[in-house]
This record gives sequence, C-alpha cells and structure tokens, in this order.
Amino acid sequence: MSVLAPVRPAELPVLRERGQREVFCGLTGIIWLHRKVQDAFFLVVGSRTCAHLLQSAAGVMVFAEPRFGTAIIEERDLAGLADANEELDKVVRQLLTRRPEIKLLFLVGSCPSEVIKLDLGRAAERLNGSYDGVRILNYSGSGIETTFTQGEDACLAALVPEMRAEAADQLLIVGALPDVVEDQFRRLFAELGIARVESLPPRRAKDLPGVGPGTRFLLAQPFLGDTARALETRGARHLPAMFPFGAEGTTAWLHAAAREFGIDEMHFRSVVAPGRERAKRALAHHAERLNAKSIFFMPDSQLEVPLARFLSAELGMTLVEVGTPYLHRGHLADDLAALPAGTQISEGQDVDKQLDRVRAARPDLTVCGLGLANPLEREGLSTKWAIELVFSPVHGFEQAGDLAELFARPLVRRDRLTV
Amino acid sequence: MQLTVWTYEGPPHVGAMRVATGMKGLHYVLHAPQGDTYADLLFTMIERRGERPPVTYTTFQARDLGTDTAELFQKSARDAYERFQPQAMIVGASCTAELIQDDPAGLALTMGLPCPIIALDLPSYSHKENWGAAETFYQIVRQLADKARVAPPREGRRPRANILGPTALGFRHRDDVQEITRLLGDLGIDVHVTAPLGSTPLAIAGLGEADFNVVLYPEIAHEAARWLEKTFGQKHNKTVPIGVGATREFIAEVCALAGIAAPADADAGRMPWWSRSVDSTYLTGKRVFIFGDATHAIAAARIARDELGFEVVGLGCYNREFARDIRAAAKLYGVEPLITDDYLAVEEAIAAASCELVLGTQMERHIAKRLRLPCAVISAPVHVQDFPARHSPQMGFEGANVIFDTWVHPLVMGLEEHLLTMFRDDFEFSDAAGPSHLGHGAATPAHAEAPAMADAAEAPTPAAVAAHVEAGGWSAEATRELMKIPFFVRGKAKRNTERYASEKGVAAISVETLYEAKAHYAR
Repeated sequence: MSVLAPVRPAELPVLRERGQREVFCGLTGIIWLHRKVQDAFFLVVGSRTCAHLLQSAAGVMVFAEPRFGTAIIEERDLAGLADANEELDKVVRQLLTRRPEIKLLFLVGSCPSEVIKLDLGRAAERLNGSYDGVRILNYSGSGIETTFTQGEDACLAALVPEMRAEAADQLLIVGALPDVVEDQFRRLFAELGIARVESLPPRRAKDLPGVGPGTRFLLAQPFLGDTARALETRGARHLPAMFPFGAEGTTAWLHAAAREFGIDEMHFRSVVAPGRERAKRALAHHAERLNAKSIFFMPDSQLEVPLARFLSAELGMTLVEVGTPYLHRGHLADDLAALPAGTQISEGQDVDKQLDRVRAARPDLTVCGLGLANPLEREGLSTKWAIELVFSPVHGFEQAGDLAELFARPLVRRDRLTV
Repeated sequence: MQLTVWTYEGPPHVGAMRVATGMKGLHYVLHAPQGDTYADLLFTMIERRGERPPVTYTTFQARDLGTDTAELFQKSARDAYERFQPQAMIVGASCTAELIQDDPAGLALTMGLPCPIIALDLPSYSHKENWGAAETFYQIVRQLADKARVAPPREGRRPRANILGPTALGFRHRDDVQEITRLLGDLGIDVHVTAPLGSTPLAIAGLGEADFNVVLYPEIAHEAARWLEKTFGQKHNKTVPIGVGATREFIAEVCALAGIAAPADADAGRMPWWSRSVDSTYLTGKRVFIFGDATHAIAAARIARDELGFEVVGLGCYNREFARDIRAAAKLYGVEPLITDDYLAVEEAIAAASCELVLGTQMERHIAKRLRLPCAVISAPVHVQDFPARHSPQMGFEGANVIFDTWVHPLVMGLEEHLLTMFRDDFEFSDAAGPSHLGHGAATPAHAEAPAMADAAEAPTPAAVAAHVEAGGWSAEATRELMKIPFFVRGKAKRNTERYASEKGVAAISVETLYEAKAHYAR
C-alpha cells in the first residue's frame, strides 16, 4: 500500500443522515483511558445520568476503586455559577486527599456542564497551582459534542499542549492500545531499527513524550482527528497509512513508518515476514467461515471503515452498509481506497430508518450497540456487539486471528445451537 | 456537588423508562442529548429483553442548540407517532434538556397528535429513579383512568383487584406478579389490571372497575394508589407479602378488602419447616446487616429476625422518600437507621457492625466480598445474574422458599470454606503430604509427624502469623491461638481483644487476655 495510491473516496456513495442516534457519548472513553494511564483520575462534572452511564458501561469495574468518578451537579449548583466553582474546588480537594497517588486529574465536561457553561478550562487553570505534583487538565466528553471514541480524541488533544518541545527525530504511536499490543509494536519498530518510539497516551503521566519538528506520528486509531491536528500545530507530521488491522493493514501501517525512517526494503520484509505469515495462517482458519457472508455496520466508534476493509479484503466478507458516526476522509484515505467500489458508506444516523435497511437486507451479521443487539437477535438476525471491538486487543499481527474470531463466533454459535 | 462513583438509583427519566418499557402501546418521547440512549441497554442486556424499549430520543447535539431543538423535538414526536402508532404517549426531558428549557410538554400538547399526550415534569437535579417511576405511573393513571368506569355491583361475581407497582427492570417483579396473581386466584379474587408491567393505556382507562388495589411496590405505586382511593374509593393493602408472616398478614388484609373469609390454614410452603429443622440451629443469632430499597429492607428484617432467628444489627435504605418507614422499623430492632445513598457510608457501617451476613444490593455484594463476608441480594440495583431464567419470586410462600435458599446458601458456603481452612494444616491435607495417589514416598514425612499432632498444631506457620498479626502486643502464643479462630470471626476477635487490652491497660496480649476479652464481650 503506497501513500501515493490513488484516493478514491469520491467513488463511494456516502449517505448522510440525521435523526435519532443510538450511540454512546464521549464520557465512555474514560472506561479504557483510565486503565491505560495509571496515575490519572477522570472527574466528570455532570448529572446523575452521567454517573449512571459510567456505572452501566463500566460494569464490575466500578467496584475496584476505579480512577474515575462524577461530581454530580445538584439543584443548588444551578442557582449561580460562582457557587458551582466553589463546590467543584471542594470536590477536587476531597478527591485528591482521598487519592494522593493521583498525578494527573482530568475535569471532564458533560452535556449539563457545557449547557450551563461551567468553564472547566478556567477551573482547571485555577486549581493547577494548588496541588503539589498534580497536573489538572480539562476536556469535554459530552454527548452534544462527542460520540463514544471521540472522548479519547478530546482527552489526548488536551494532553498535546502539555508535551515538552522535542527537536530530535522520533516516531510517535498515537492512540490508547492495550499494553500487550503496544509492546508488540515497539518490538517490531526496534527490530526495524527505528531508535526512538514513544506512545501517546503514556502509561504514566510523567512519561508524557515530547513533540516537535522531528516527530513523525502514526495513528493507531481512526478517531483521533483533533489530536492529529494539535500534534501538527506542534510541528509533528502525520504518516498516512491503513490502520493496523489484519495482516495487510498491519503491514501497511508498519511500512509507512519504515519508509519514512529510511529502513531498507529488504530488511523491512524480513522483519515483518514472520508476524505477517502467522497472521495470515490465523486468518485462513476463519476465512472459510466468513467468506461471502454479508455484514452491516451500524455507526459506533469510527473503527467501522478500517474493520470493513479488513473483513472484505482479508476475509472475503460482503459489505452491505458501513455506518460510521463521523467520516474522517483524510485519515481513512487508504482504507477507503481499499474498499470494493460502490461500497455503501453512511455517516450519522437515523436509527429507525437504518434498522429498516438492516431488516430489508437481512445481513448474515450486523455490528451494533448493546441496545440493539438482543432485539435484532430476537428478529432472527445474528449480531456482533460493537463495544467489544474497542475494549479487546485487536490491532497488529498477533491479534489478527482474534479479531476475525470476534466476527466468526456469533455465526459459529448460531450453527451450534439447537434450542 | 456530590462526589460519586456508584449510584444506587439512576436519574428520574430512567424511572419513566421503566414504566414505559413495562407497558405495551405506550411510547415515550424523551428530549435528551446524544448518548442518553445508553439507558436502552439496561433493558436489553440486564433484563435481557428482546425488544427495544419504546423510547424515542431526540439525541440533540451541540450544532442543534438554539431554536433548532424545539423543532427537533416536534419532529421526533411526530415521527414516533407515525411509526409506532401508540395508544398514548408520554413526553419529557432528561437532565440536559431540562436546562435548555424547550418545554417538551407544551410543545407536544400543541401538536394535535391523535392520542393522549401525558406530559412529565421530572426534576433531575433533585430527584431520582424510583421517584421518576412513581411520578410517571401516577400521571399516567391520573390522566388515563376513566372516571365514569367504576366497579359494578358485587352480586354474583368474584371480587377483583388491580395489582399495582411492577415495572420493567424491577427486582423479581416478573415472578412476584405471577406468584401474587396465583395467590389471589386461590383466595377467589380475580386480577383486573396489572400495571404498569404488562398493561396498556386502554387497560389503564378501566382501573376504576376493580374493587380494590394490591400495591406490591410502594416505591412505585403508592402515589397512584392514593389517587385511585380518592377518586374511586378503592382501598389498598399496607403489607407487602415478602416472608411467611407478611404473606399471612397480606392474605388477611386482602380478604378483608375483598369482603371474603380468610382461609384458616393456608399452606405456607416449606420455609417454616426448613427453618425449624435442626440443621438450621446454627443460624440462631447470626448477626445480619440489611440494606436496600426500603420495602425490601424492611421485609428482610422481619424475615431475618422472626423467621430465621437472626439478629438484625443494621438496617438502612438508599431511597430517602421512605426514610420514615425505615426509622420506624429500625426502632423495632433497636438499631440505628442508616439512610444514605453513599456506598462508602454503607461500607463503613457494615465494617463497624461486625456482622456475619450482609443482605443488600449489587453494591453490598461487592462490599461484602471485600470484607470477606457472606452476602445475598435482596433489592435493586442488581446485575444481570439477578434476572434469572428460572422462576424465583420474593413474594408469597414460594418467595419465602426462594429467600430461605438464597440467604442460607452463602452461609453454608462460609462454613465449608471454614472447614477447609481449619483442616488445611492437618497432616492429610497439607501441601507436604503430596497427592495420595502417588504412593507412600511423598507422604512419609507427614506420616512421621503424625504421632506428634498435638505439638504440630501448636507450631505457628510463620507465613500465616506474619500475614495476619502485626505489632500490637500480641505474644507468639496468643497469636497462634488467634489463628485457630475461624477466619470469618477472627477479625472481630482481634479487634475486641485489642480494645479490651487497651481499656484494661494490658500491654502484652496473652492467651489469657484473648479469653478474658471473649468472656467480656460474650453475647
């Protein structure tokens, strides 16, 4: 896959819809972000609804002293803004006294806090000097501004101004990846001979990498538009590539960095060959089951386009419709170019109309949220619930087989059951 | 502002969703920002429903803010009517929409939709889920019940009652309804309408045709029942039939309301005999801490003391609306009532109560796990495993059977775990003994020590001692003695001994001190 490959998104029909959207808000990003950055705390300033959402999404994690919480706005906070600020200071004090190990505190905006225009950016600034060794930042994860994974984008974009200036050449991997996946990529880059590789977000606040004109970055996730823009304003340069799903996607992604860092082509091939072969073997196992099966993506995480590319190009699945909450044409150029001509893309959602299309097409598999999965199963349609794709390790060579299995499993199950 | 990690209740619009989802033919148009649809998965996943909740969200985004959102609301309401053709609609705002002041109620009422529109005002910054469910049900009943339809004369027909209170996402509501419907049927009472669960707006219109009402969940049905009493003169029960005693009282109550004779010898199921059988003797005086919604907590306390012989050492609820009832009940058991929605306060109270069993919600299950205490779930909020496939009511005599099994099970498990721990150091069970099927070679050293068993038991296992006893004046001998006490009361014994020692000014804790303290705190 060359960066110079012709970009053909214009050939793909894009259906833009507005209506009811059955999606998570950006607050949900906290669930995986707090596992990644081990000394950060995410304090949502919002309503009981926000707390209830986090609790419902986090499931059993709520009980393990998690590093997130909600400052619930009450009636008296709505009376006057000055009061709300004092209340927030009080909650932050209470929190940091209870959790002295916290080094990075995010004040996370929600719909209610945005609508009453509680200035959390200023609150973060005001609070910043007050606690020794604790950095306090702000971003919005509200539903009115962000959809699901965009919460991570907003969070990482808020970290970019905090990065120190760094002139040296380095490769930055952008996007929270499970530790095991991040380590695999680092090993590959080291073998390729790229000396300096950093990650955003880091595992600990103090390890926040630097950024500057020598920085080239690869996006590990497709939903990082604002973060990429913020990095570019700091002089870093984006390396366009397919996203690292499956054997082909991962090869193309690694290749973009290898070319940029002047790695010898033969050396590149010899380094990636074993992983690439293993990935292909693992995929062959599932290709038989998935080949020619039709799949419908409801919008959820922005992972839909690269995953559709993976399923169609590497496993032979037929794409009925690829829905995405937001289509970043620039970052997805390579994946879009690798989709079969005429693939129906949809951006945004009118859920009832989209469900009508699902019912009409009766795809073999529908990727959708948990609010829709059981109702569609009841109608006799197999589903794959989408959030699992965000929580599970799915990037890179070693996870290619697991990723395919996530899609194959509902079909295997359907064949097995006799009840 | 209140710092929160865990909430016992959702916002009030989730309560309204529970009412709407329980019913058929009713549609809820909710003015809410993108993201609030997360609540759908409570119904599709936790309760495992195979249909989407009948809720249309406007899901407005930042770009819609301004005059646009009112129009968006009207469009959503119109589309929802056309698509779902409901018999009635409820409309309202979630927390964020409440702030932008679009007045969904006013907007919907002016649209001239061809079905009744019930406007909900659910203040999200001061009220919660249960209140939202109660208010929604009350508004639906008040606006749909046809005042002209009243109960016909009693001659020649069986008495009939409405069952009020069960909703979607209610803890065991599905099976409680089945159990109570059967119980009423056996008494000769017909069920006219069950609502909200399983009813329709058309059925609600005929509520007045019943002779009286059966309120199963006061948290949800009390307001509506009061209005029905005022409007139709329908009386309702005061006792919630959870437990054998409460069920007997409930039977007497409904028979009086129905004007029929109560049966002299109702078959109360297996629970009374199970509790009287000698195997249950060890349950006597077990210290139990109870927390949940007020109705389930109060019912549990009565069962615990009067039907299982436990000692109630803590009683509380998270729903302030019923604080008065909890206070009254707590007085009966001589305990301090705990009314809080802060799980940290509950955790503190449980730790301080030195209890041997916790009865509570999903949250108490986790607190108990952390404190290594046996626990059973008696109240919402609950997770998916407490929406079981099998029939498992809490109410009626079958409910009492279910409760006996559910509560005693973790205690039996506790005893088993204790026995395993106690025998861990026995020569036959120790790691050094090796697997018995490998012949004598590996087991020889342990066998050699067998005659010296008495001495071996005295020898401290260094790791265990180091792990369990810190500095604090404990002699090695006293520490060894402490380790012989079952793990689930060991913490209490340690605390009591230390408190006793400090009160008496004893610096070094000996075996003597341990038993002095035991005698001192003997109950």
